[in-house]
This record gives sequence, structure tokens and C-alpha cells, in this order.
Amino acid sequence: MLLLSIALMYACSKSEDEVTPEEKKITFSVPSNFPAPVYNFEDNKLSNAGFALGKKLFYDARLSADKSVSCGSCHQQFAAFTQLDHKVSHGVNNCQGKRNTPPLFNLAWQKAFFWDGGVKNIETSPLNAITDACEMGTDIQTIIAFLKNTAPYPDLFKQAFGSTEINSQLVLKSIAQFTAVLVSGNSKYDKVMRKEAGISFTSTEQAGYNLFKDKCTSCHAEPFFTDFSYRSNGLDLMSSDEGRSHITGVASDFGKFRVPTLRNIEYTSPYMHDGRFYSLDEVLEHYNSGVKASANLDVQLKTGIPLSITEKEQIKAFLKTLTDNEFIKNKLYAES
Amino acid sequence: MKLSPYFLALLCPIILLSSCKKDSNEVTADAKSTFSIEFENQVNGSPLVLNTNTYQNAKGEDFKINVFKYYVSNIKLSKADGTTYLIPESYFLIDASKAESTNITLKDVPVGDYTKIEYTIGVDYARNFAGAQTGALDPINGMFWTWNSGYIFVKFEGTSPQSPATANALTFHIGGVTDPNNTIRTFATEINAANPLRVRTDGKPNMHFIVNAAALFTGKTDISFSTLYFTMGGANSVIVANNYADGLFRLDHIHN
Ligand code: HEC
Ligand code: HEC
Repeated sequence: MLLLSIALMYACSKSEDEVTPEEKKITFSVPSNFPAPVYNFEDNKLSNAGFALGKKLFYDARLSADKSVSCGSCHQQFAAFTQLDHKVSHGVNNCQGKRNTPPLFNLAWQKAFFWDGGVKNIETSPLNAITDACEMGTDIQTIIAFLKNTAPYPDLFKQAFGSTEINSQLVLKSIAQFTAVLVSGNSKYDKVMRKEAGISFTSTEQAGYNLFKDKCTSCHAEPFFTDFSYRSNGLDLMSSDEGRSHITGVASDFGKFRVPTLRNIEYTSPYMHDGRFYSLDEVLEHYNSGVKASANLDVQLKTGIPLSITEKEQIKAFLKTLTDNEFIKNKLYAES
Repeated sequence: MKLSPYFLALLCPIILLSSCKKDSNEVTADAKSTFSIEFENQVNGSPLVLNTNTYQNAKGEDFKINVFKYYVSNIKLSKADGTTYLIPESYFLIDASKAESTNITLKDVPVGDYTKIEYTIGVDYARNFAGAQTGALDPINGMFWTWNSGYIFVKFEGTSPQSPATANALTFHIGGVTDPNNTIRTFATEINAANPLRVRTDGKPNMHFIVNAAALFTGKTDISFSTLYFTMGGANSVIVANNYADGLFRLDHIHN
């Protein structure tokens, strides 16, 4: 306790002297309405220097083949770290990927990554983007050679990991110190759930929440608004993307994708694994009237989800309470 | 007599100290030393030469090899009395294009006579899902799948006139750790008790294994390159793993 308060005093006095946001002690904080995370920095000690290095790598377009694309080009903070207005990702040489870029937050609670769950660890999840001909189009050897020869990277690695050595493991660990710290848990919804003083749903939002709990939470489960399962919500009779079966090889997984989070949904358009819908109205109309009898359609959606105009407005009002402006505008996560 | 807890606390380190001292006297009991393993890559008894030599599979189809790499991990040694020693952090990538990789050194092994050796062909389940790794497991080695994360345990690339793929390519990337397509296989071999692996402080024995790359294509299932010429995980990888599980390695001799 004593130690803690000394540490706190130190942290406080420090941030008073130096006003730059980076000097604030970087912490990974679990909102009180969230369960324990999967990734807990056990083998990757979080530090200000590690976070700062990870963030710099995240925003450095020089890492890509034609020096035009950084992680931040596809994962933009103002769009909760997805790529605004792009149906599918847009990488080097103007190449179009095949899937919509997912937002990046609350990744520390995910056991698997990508729309099909192919990647199993947050630390290894940037590798595909780095090597994909259509994303950054390069390889780790090239990146490591670049970092070794480019100031201030060797110094930054030294500050973060105690040695000027640069290898793929340290690159990936530092990026994870940035991506895993991205926690979004301060939306109006969260504040209502935590019974924070003076914050409550409007009657429309409350009606939307009741509808949502009735019709949507079986897949978009609280508090992450996904149960992390793979399902088909009937977008196509015959999916052109294999989805989950590409990973499992099991026919009954064909055309299934991870149930996406709905946090910050107001900012993450376009929607679905291929970004086919630009608005929430289109999404709700899909559930109302557009569900197709695909081979592996989820049983809960056999008859769609009938929604009246009023109900749609109420659900939309509720979905907007999932917007976390503190997260979207947090300078700590911005390119500096 | 009632001993004060403080007195006990004082006593403890003294006991610990004296027990340490005793251990260091009996230094021979837990002495450690080194041994090495050489993996001699062959194809049906002929030396494996990349890119140029032509070999034949069990179906009599010609093929050449451009890439041959595989993981050997979790090496475990057993003594005649049944006690075992798992060599910690033993992950090795043997690459036919890198001569130095075919001779591996195992340090800090307790001295003794070992009569059995076993190891994983590939990488254990946990490391396939772990965070960023380094050394033999560094993704830089080209043995890590980025879209379906996990290691390629055995990578064989070559050509065969029988292959219908572009440029007659043969692509066998064997990996995957989840049922029903789990390809983790363990190889074990007894060592002749008359000439066990003698790990000694004054000797550094060498084990010599013959590795037969053609074992991927025969054993449980004889593979024809006209029908199976490409696999990256999945059911076809299991067919190949079941073939090489027994046939890939053979202990040839030990130099003690
Ligand atoms: C060209 C656009 C693009 C670039 C550049 C890019 N990504 Fe991505 N990212 C994507 C797409 C698309 C996916 C989803 C892939 C899929 O599901 O198949 C993704 C998925 C991810 C995920 C998994 C998210 C989840 O919820 O499953 C993480 C983490 C991630 N990217 C981090 C990074 C990092 C770090 C970098 C920089 C090294 C990076 N990305 C660069 C487009 C990009
Ligand atoms: C049976 C499970 C299930 C139910 C019930 C369900 N969804 Fe979905 N939802 C999914 C899946 C799966 C996807 C992703 C589909 C894809 O991209 O292929 C999805 C995608 C979405 C998206 C797009 C998110 C994004 O970032 O792309 C929104 C918005 C959405 N659902 C809202 C809702 C609402 C609102 C309800 C209730 C009216 C609802 N869903 C009910 C499974 C479900």
C-alpha cells in the first residue's frame, strides 16, 4: 500500500513536470464490467518505452514495400482502428484485400484473431499484414534490416528491452504493447452498466437495449458484444469466402465468420466481413428481410429478425451508446 | 521448549546453507555434459542433394528436391532404470540447405547412460499458439503460417514430371495441431544397451541419424504425385505425417 502510494505520487509529480502525454505511465486497465483478460502481459512486460516503440512501428509507413502503408493506414484511430469507407482493406500498390479491416480494441480478451479465427495470438497477428502481398507486401527480414539501420530505432529498442538487438520477437512484442493496451470500455453503455452517477439511458435507448437483449445478445454477447463464435448470418446463399472452414477444414464451418463486436459501431462502417453494408439501416434491414438460407445459416436466424421501423430506430439509438469517444480521441493512441 | 518464530527464521537459512554445501561435495551426482546429434539427410540411401539430383518415390515417379526443412523438438532421454530427462527448450530446425543446422549440440545434459531417445517431429501444441518466439522458432525461418497461425513441421518443396501443378511443383507443408488434422508426431528409438549414449564429463558423444526424405511418400500410404502434390495442413498433411512418423528417422550409430 505504501509502495503503491509512493509509486502514484511519483507518477503524479512526473506528469506534472512533463506535459507530453507519452510521459503518463502507460497502464493496461480492465474496466470493472469486463472479465479477466486472456492476454495479460505476463511474458511481455508493459513499459512506457515498449508502448512508445510499438506505437511508432504501428504508424511507420516505411515498413511497407512501397513505403506508403502503415498499420495505421488500415487501422485508423478515428474509426476505432478500422479503415473508414473501405469495403475491403486497401494496401500497397493500391491493392484491394478480400476482407473488411476489423477495428482494434479489447484485443486482450480475444483468443483468436481475423474473421476466420486463423491467428491464435495477438503477438503474431501483425505477421500476415506484413507479409501479405496486398497489405504491406514485405517480409520481416527486410523490416529488421531497416530498423537496425534507421535511427532512432536501435536506441528505442534499447530503452524498451535493454539491448540494441532487434529481432522479430521484439518487434512483435512491442507492437503488442501498443495493440493490447487499446481498451475501449468508456462508452455511455459502460457507464450505465457501472451505474456511474448521473448517467442513464434515454427511454429510446432503453427500449433499444431491451430489444437488443431479446434479439441480438445470443450472438453479440455483452460486454464485448460478441461471443467470439463463428456463425453465418445469412448474407449470401453461397459465400464466395470460405470463412471459418478455411481454418478448420470442416464443411459445416463454410461461410461462417467471427461474430464481430458492436462497440464503436457508429464509427466502423462499412460492415460485415466484406464491408457490403455502409449503414446500420442496411444491416438492420438485412436481419429484417434479407437473411438468405445459406447452407450453414445459424438456426436462430431461420426466419430472420422481424423489426418494425420504431424498433429499428430504438436499436440504432442503443447501438450508438456503444460509442467510446474517450477511446477514439485518446491522444495516447494517436500518431505523434 | 517453545522456539520463537524469529529463532526459527534464523535457523532456516543456516539449514539451507549447510544443505547446499553438501550438494556441492557430491558434484558427480548431478554433473552435466554435452552430446551432439547429426542428421544425415538422404533419399532412399543416397545423399540428399538439393536441386540437381533426381530420386524416385515408391510408385516409381521421379522427383527433385528444392527445399527440405523440419523441426526436431522436446528431446527426451531415458535410462535403463526408466528415469527420463527432457532437455529444456530443445527446439531445432534442420535445413538441408544449411550444413551447420544438421549437427545439433545439446548442453547441460546430466551425465549417464541413456538407452532411449524420443522427440517431437514438429513443435508441441503450446508453442503453436504462443506469442512471438525467437531462435529456431522465429517466424523469420519461413516455417510459420501467418494466416492460420502455427508452425510448418516439415517443409518439402520440389518438382516431379507427374505433378499437374504449375511448373510441376511439389509443395508439402506439413503442420496443424488440432483434431482431426493434428500432425504432431513423436519419434522414439531404443538404443542398444551394449552401446548406450554415454554422456560423460570427459566425453562428448555423437548420435548419428539417417533421415530419409522419401519417407514422406511411403509407409502407411504410397503417394502418387499425380494425385497428391500440394498440401498445407489438413487431411492430406495427416497422410504424409503418418508416413514419416516411423520412416523419417533411423538411428545409425553412436560415437561415444
Ligand atoms: C492493408 C490493410 C492492413 C494493414 C496495412 C494492416 N492490417 Fe491489420 N488487418 C487488416 C485486415 C483486412 C484484417 C482482417 C484479416 C482477416 O480477417 O482475414 C486485419 C486484422 C488485424 C488484427 C486482428 C484483429 C481481430 O480482431 O481479429 C490485428 C491485431 C491487426 N490486423 C494488426 C495489424 C498491425 C499491427 C499492422 C501493422 C504491422 C496491421 N494490422 C496492418 C488490414 C490491415
Ligand atoms: C445468430 C447470430 C447473430 C444474431 C442473432 C445477430 N447477429 Fe449480427 N452478426 C452476426 C455475424 C456472424 C456477423 C458477421 C457476419 C459476416 O460478416 O459474415 C454479424 C454482423 C453484424 C453487424 C456488422 C458488424 C461489423 O462490424 O461489421 C452488425 C451491426 C450486427 N451484426 C448487428 C446485429 C443486431 C443489431 C442484431 C439483433 C437485431 C444482430 N446483429 C443479431 C451474428 C448475429
